Amino acid sequence: MSPDGRVSRRVAPAGLRSQAADLLGEGYRLALAACHDDGGSLRAVYVFAGGPPSRLVELHVPIEADHPHLPSLAGISFPAGRFEREMHDLFGVVPDDHPLPRRLVRHPNWPAGWYPMRHDAGPPPPFDTTQEPYHFLHIDGPGVYEIPVGPVHAGLIEPGHFRFSVVGETILKLKIRLWFVHRGIEKLFEGRQPADGVALAERISGDTAIGHNLAYTQAAEDALGITVTPGDARLRAMLLELERVYNHITDLGALANDVGYSVLNGHAQHLREQLLRLNRSVTGHRLLRGAIGPGTTHVRQLPDRRELTRLGADMAELAELVLANSTVRDRFARTARLTAAQAGDLGCLGYVARASGVTVDARHDHPTCDLRPEPVVHQTGDVLARFLVRRDEIAASLTLIDEIIESGPGPGPGPAAGSPGAVTAGRLDGARAAPEHRSGSGVGIVEGWRGTIVHRVEITDGAITRHKIVDPSWFNWPALPVALGDTIVPDFPLTNKSFNLSYAGNDL
Amino acid sequence: MNPGGILGAAAQTAAVGLGAPGLVGGMRQVRARMEGRAGPGVAQPYRDLRKLLGKQSITPEGTTVVFAAAPAVIAAATLVIAATIPLATTASPLDGAADLLAVVGLLLIGTVSLVLAGLDTGTPFGGMGASRETTIAALVEPTVLLAVFALSIPAGSSNLAVIVADTLRRPSDVLSPAGALAFAAIVVVIIAETGRLPVDNPATHLELTMVHEAMVLEYSGPKLAVIEWGAAMRLTVLLGLLVNLFAPWGVAGRHAGLVGVAAGLAAVAVKVAVAAAALAAGEVYLAKIRLFRVPELLAGSFLLGLLAVTASYFLASPQA
Repeated sequence: MSPDGRVSRRVAPAGLRSQAADLLGEGYRLALAACHDDGGSLRAVYVFAGGPPSRLVELHVPIEADHPHLPSLAGISFPAGRFEREMHDLFGVVPDDHPLPRRLVRHPNWPAGWYPMRHDAGPPPPFDTTQEPYHFLHIDGPGVYEIPVGPVHAGLIEPGHFRFSVVGETILKLKIRLWFVHRGIEKLFEGRQPADGVALAERISGDTAIGHNLAYTQAAEDALGITVTPGDARLRAMLLELERVYNHITDLGALANDVGYSVLNGHAQHLREQLLRLNRSVTGHRLLRGAIGPGTTHVRQLPDRRELTRLGADMAELAELVLANSTVRDRFARTARLTAAQAGDLGCLGYVARASGVTVDARHDHPTCDLRPEPVVHQTGDVLARFLVRRDEIAASLTLIDEIIESGPGPGPGPAAGSPGAVTAGRLDGARAAPEHRSGSGVGIVEGWRGTIVHRVEITDGAITRHKIVDPSWFNWPALPVALGDTIVPDFPLTNKSFNLSYAGNDL
Repeated sequence: MNPGGILGAAAQTAAVGLGAPGLVGGMRQVRARMEGRAGPGVAQPYRDLRKLLGKQSITPEGTTVVFAAAPAVIAAATLVIAATIPLATTASPLDGAADLLAVVGLLLIGTVSLVLAGLDTGTPFGGMGASRETTIAALVEPTVLLAVFALSIPAGSSNLAVIVADTLRRPSDVLSPAGALAFAAIVVVIIAETGRLPVDNPATHLELTMVHEAMVLEYSGPKLAVIEWGAAMRLTVLLGLLVNLFAPWGVAGRHAGLVGVAAGLAAVAVKVAVAAAALAAGEVYLAKIRLFRVPELLAGSFLLGLLAVTASYFLASPQA
């Protein structure tokens, strides 16, 4: 983000609600909310994003340390209510008048009164083994029963507990319990030099290495005042699209597999492997790690255009074969519909939102390079729409990558397309000029393959004092139970795969 | 009852018991190769069984004899079917029991014991699988009865050996409209009964979509081995019944000796292998249908059975 596009305002707690309501009314969305421990006092920061053209408004709300209370925004914004519960769990800030003031991140066995993100939190006290039961809404009635699934699953899936209240095969209610693997990643950023945060950012969610790293890098560059050449911005956009393509094709195959059509999953895995090898030839790492960092962009060589064209044709054929099977189409169509109104109210992002007709795409709303793909939008909000959005995004991504390769890496010291050797058009000097004296805050917004990723960093004297990460899965998880209304139990795995939300990105 | 019959029954039982895992392994291998995978080899189910037999068996708390006995009941009922039905020879020592009603009843005993075992565990998955299996079984069993009944009308008997012998004598019976309709109905039923695509996906790890696998989730070790073995035998005898009802050539007659039984066994083995390979190959092109469409599919197959019965009354050539 360009730093000049961001407006920062200091707001008293009493004025927060009206200011937030005004911004939401002007078409902004709440992109991030985080508490900050400034040593002796607390401060909440709300980032509202609108676009295009890209607009960012930050509201800084001071909180009294001896009376940590905030007015709740849950009544005007659903995501805000969840951010507030997170603030309460990690910082002990109480949202006043919150309609659902229960724990979110901290499970009941976490010690009461210990807030891990505070500077004076100290080592964790012993956890309570005799935990109170987790609050589930019990549905009673003739023939209603519960199916608990997880947190340990039969496949290689991250931990999450799903509790279905079912009558016959129809799902009445699904409650999802996450946050089994809180790793304290935001805390791990604190005290690091900006360049040292790259490896950590790449590991927030393993399949989103570029997405999170780029958001982190942009935030750090924004804070340190480093500018990126247009050529580098394009190379970064290319890497982001490479990540999108290999993840989307994996999902297309997995969706076919979940309806028992495994032959096409095998085909998709074959394509994915070729894309991962292409990634290695481009960056030296199959998952595109180590390619970017604050002030740096390393690309070994540009992808081979003929190879990409061939893979693109294969992927298009795969999607066509999946949809040519009438049983598969029947399973996909009208399954687990999420309406545009529901997606909008919940603040959904990425392909989940775009499959329900909500146009939200950070490449369009908050562009970082001159090439802006048109968002792919489908209207029906069912599994089929989420499949089609992915299919069309693969094609759009490949077109964008091709444009970037064709134009060359842009102005700067980059070599010609396809030539081996490093393409390093860095401004690392800027970051290293006087790192110990640099201070500031920065926001990075990136359209990762799952949706819009937002990072916000605060740097004091060259070290990170607070880093807040928002993965799109944070916004999209609440949409899964909503979409499952009136869906039958055996369709849940397919629906879940069509959302394909990140546990790790959600549970930091 | 004659010595040839006893020999034949023993040979059939042994062949089904020993060959069933290989049949399943072969079907998986066919599917793997067609999907472009190397596959684990035909012998993998045998290795799986050996592994399971060497493991500890865990009995869930609160389960009763219903849970403990179900694997044995399934395997035993299926072995009795294997001894009874005309696979290698039409001369069964249990000739009186080789009735289509008895065979359907024996199949149902296996199904019901597994359903009860699923309920006995008290877990939601066991109950869920049991509920789905019952829905399917309630539609499958009448269809089997109707389809075999349609075939029994020309022969004038519901005894399977007599039907097979009759078909050998007058092959035109199975080529009649009634035969074709009954064939289609039985194929659908076998797919549903053995939990194969598009009704159930035997390869899935998604608990919430399972039918057969959901009921057996709590089994482990040797008990699981017996269940897997029983399921493989069930598939084998159903395929054996299918091929011998519609293509009985090669089956040994009532007075065949050792050589005749051996030849009959070889013939049925080849026919079953071909049918299994065709089934596995067909599965590659299928996706699993929505659970609520399964009754539609089975109702369709029931209708085919009903039409087969009707057709055999109105269209079959009158008995001489």
